[in-house]
Amino acid sequence: MRHACLRILRKPSIAAFMLLCSAFAAPLAAQHNGARPAAAASPPEDGQWTMPSRDYASTRYSGLNQITRSNVRNLKLAFTFDTLNRKGHEAAPIVVGNMMYLTTPYPNHVWALDLSKGGRAVWVFRPHPAPASQGIACCDVVNRGAMYANGRLFFTTLDGEVFAIDAKSGHQVWRNKIGDISKGETITMSPLVAEGKVLVGNSGGEMGVRGWLAALDAGTGRLAWKAYSTGPDKDVLIGPSFKPYYASDRGADLGVHTWPAEAWKIGGGTVWGWISYDPQLKMIYYGTGNPGPWNAQQRPGDNKWTTGVFARDIATGQARWFYQSSPHDLFDHDDINEQVLLDMPIHGRMTPVLVRPGRNGYMYVIDRRTGQVYSAEAYGFINSMDGVDLATGRVRMVKEKAPKEGRVIRNICPTASGVKDWNPSAFSPRTGLLYVPHENMCMDEGVFEANYIAGTPYVGADVKMYAGPGGHRGVFTAWDPVRAKPVWEIKESLPLWSGALATGGDVVFYGTMDGWFKAIDASAAGGGRLLWQVRLDSGIISQPVSYRGPDGRQYVAVVTGVGGWAGAIVSAQLDPRDPTAALGMVNAMRDLPGRTKPGGTLYVFALPK
Amino acid sequence: MSSPFRNSFLPRALPSLHAGRGRGWVRLSKRRFASLAHPPLAPPLQGGGFIALAFLLALAGCDREQRDMNGQPKAETAAFVPRGDPRSAEYENNAFHIAQGQKWFGWFNCSGCHFHGGGGMGPPLMDDQWRYGGRMEDIVASILYGRPNGMPDWRNKITEQQAWELAAYVKSLSAHPRQDALSARADEMSNTEPQTLQERQKVVPETKAQPSGEEN
Ligand code: HEC
Repeated sequence: MRHACLRILRKPSIAAFMLLCSAFAAPLAAQHNGARPAAAASPPEDGQWTMPSRDYASTRYSGLNQITRSNVRNLKLAFTFDTLNRKGHEAAPIVVGNMMYLTTPYPNHVWALDLSKGGRAVWVFRPHPAPASQGIACCDVVNRGAMYANGRLFFTTLDGEVFAIDAKSGHQVWRNKIGDISKGETITMSPLVAEGKVLVGNSGGEMGVRGWLAALDAGTGRLAWKAYSTGPDKDVLIGPSFKPYYASDRGADLGVHTWPAEAWKIGGGTVWGWISYDPQLKMIYYGTGNPGPWNAQQRPGDNKWTTGVFARDIATGQARWFYQSSPHDLFDHDDINEQVLLDMPIHGRMTPVLVRPGRNGYMYVIDRRTGQVYSAEAYGFINSMDGVDLATGRVRMVKEKAPKEGRVIRNICPTASGVKDWNPSAFSPRTGLLYVPHENMCMDEGVFEANYIAGTPYVGADVKMYAGPGGHRGVFTAWDPVRAKPVWEIKESLPLWSGALATGGDVVFYGTMDGWFKAIDASAAGGGRLLWQVRLDSGIISQPVSYRGPDGRQYVAVVTGVGGWAGAIVSAQLDPRDPTAALGMVNAMRDLPGRTKPGGTLYVFALPK
Repeated sequence: MSSPFRNSFLPRALPSLHAGRGRGWVRLSKRRFASLAHPPLAPPLQGGGFIALAFLLALAGCDREQRDMNGQPKAETAAFVPRGDPRSAEYENNAFHIAQGQKWFGWFNCSGCHFHGGGGMGPPLMDDQWRYGGRMEDIVASILYGRPNGMPDWRNKITEQQAWELAAYVKSLSAHPRQDALSARADEMSNTEPQTLQERQKVVPETKAQPSGEEN
């Protein structure tokens, strides 16, 4: 819009034209908060979707704008594709040229579909992961998708292997087993490929594994560096270039000294979520998972470097800074959520930041260069913490809500799954808002001493979850990262477990666990108005994407297939009579089996020709 | 325990297990069970006699020690416990054994995967569906030898008696056990009801609970 106006204005100006232009541009531009994606990490729109997060800045924003607020209600189904898998589908479809690639949950098949032939399957790659890995995956046998780079697809399998395959032929280029299921390690994340490195971390924070992030050479698959989340500095790749902003993160071998003797060896801090990359600073950003066991009384200390964000040099893996969102985590608040790289005004100056909706419920705005926290406001209901002290960076814990051995603490908000779990938000440069699909749930928790037995859970907690205040379990929030407050909220009956998608037509999309795929007015003024929705065969916990098809039209794609931690009651047929099942999640999801069924189908929508 | 963390598969504070290991009991029983992979050679045994026989088998079966002990169940080595083992009747519905089994279920982290019967990483154990059969012998086999889709094998980690006690407890979750055999106390912190108050699934004929792929 702005572009068109500028062009018109260059011509001999006519008052009427100017009026017209300002009338169109005003509703969005007038309120714009000045936030925009880090330019180097967010290349201009090319109609593709080559990685789950769309770009290194993790905007999940498609600049395509054929589908608009006024025509989105005309969306029609273009084609579907059944993955033949009925577990939880969390992956984003990947679109490169005329091809689309889908990764399935275990057994982690990769399907290649030809978009110029109506989505016909061209090949399928079957990696045959070890069946035993299914029993070690904490929360369904999910996979979060592949990433495309330089003619190759990179993806992971549940049993801890990383694959590179030729995107055209589907032939394997290399494979490298970097996880060990006998220790309880699995891999569920999507790799991030940058600067010739494939970055992958392990899952298994509920199994007493020791977390790490590995960088493999994209050409050969060989290990370039590996950074542990616990243990001595040399294992964590902490050296002279490590300059954390807050004093509590300074000192030698804190990954050893902030634990009881030896406990760091089985202390968790797995890396199973999202990585962002700033090509200008050459730094990657990612979060570490919960410390093990959940029972925090077994691990006095800050438990570095779990439940925090690392900034590292991509070439060497050397840590630059670290910020710990939940020192001595009490509630399984894995800090693995996405970090959206934005440049935005802080005290009137454009500043490179990362914005991350933390699992603990605070929306962190952190300086990408230094790790300084500029703001951390609650974006959901929290009663177990009382804000973040910006002077020390430390979150204030509410004493009465701390779990203690031998009793049950009730009404802890948020739950172990947090105000938001892994499912990523989207940022629109047009509105300057972050669209956050999240949860509104609370829990009762009783902790007890956990035994470490390799390859089995190391948790020590009985949990029971339920809806938070208001009775709704999910929320879709449009958040203004500059003003640090919500602009509007949509209440959802079920917790939101799908990612969000923002588009250039000012329409945002997300899915619900009972299978509604929804289009929402992105604007602040729209107040979260529902523009269109369609009911699909199964619940949605995946990441919707948008792309330009071979015919030049804009498409929106989403995969159904309920599951994951919240949906395992359906995909694994858990028994609702046990409220503690699936780490207490089953209690909150008793109604889900009556509202949806297992599935696994790609749906692609477009406007009629 | 002096150090709270032990980098081994042994849970802390398990006096019976430690004692058993000290006497080499676990090793012997492991060999005995290995032999059960070939039922014709190994009729069901019990009581003191098995130690003697296990010793013989141990001598005869030294080369078996080559087998993979890394804790990963292997589909092709799946063994089974023959039907009609007299211990079935001995342990099932026995209040003491069920209570013991309930304790082991927490200690050995079964509850970490199966929770209190509703399932999570592992399938539910309180419903009426069994992937590998719901008789006592089938359950003991699931526990001792593991199952391919992620059930660890416990044969060199717990005693055989513990396995039968675990089976008695597992069975009591789903079947319709005698109410006077059940524990009126829930072992866990949270909000599960004691077993005696738990809502039960409808009675299904025993023949429904057959392992798939095996003859009835
Ligand atoms: C690491 C997770 C894990 C642990 C620990 C675990 N199980 Fe399992 N269990 C599983 C999985 C996964 C399966 C399903 C295996 C399959 O389908 O092949 C299973 C299957 C079973 C079955 C067979 C169920 C059926 O439907 O036939 C029984 C019985 C069982 N487990 C009991 C136990 C007991 C008792 C313990 C503790 C000694 C235990 N499990 C510990 C994951 C676990």
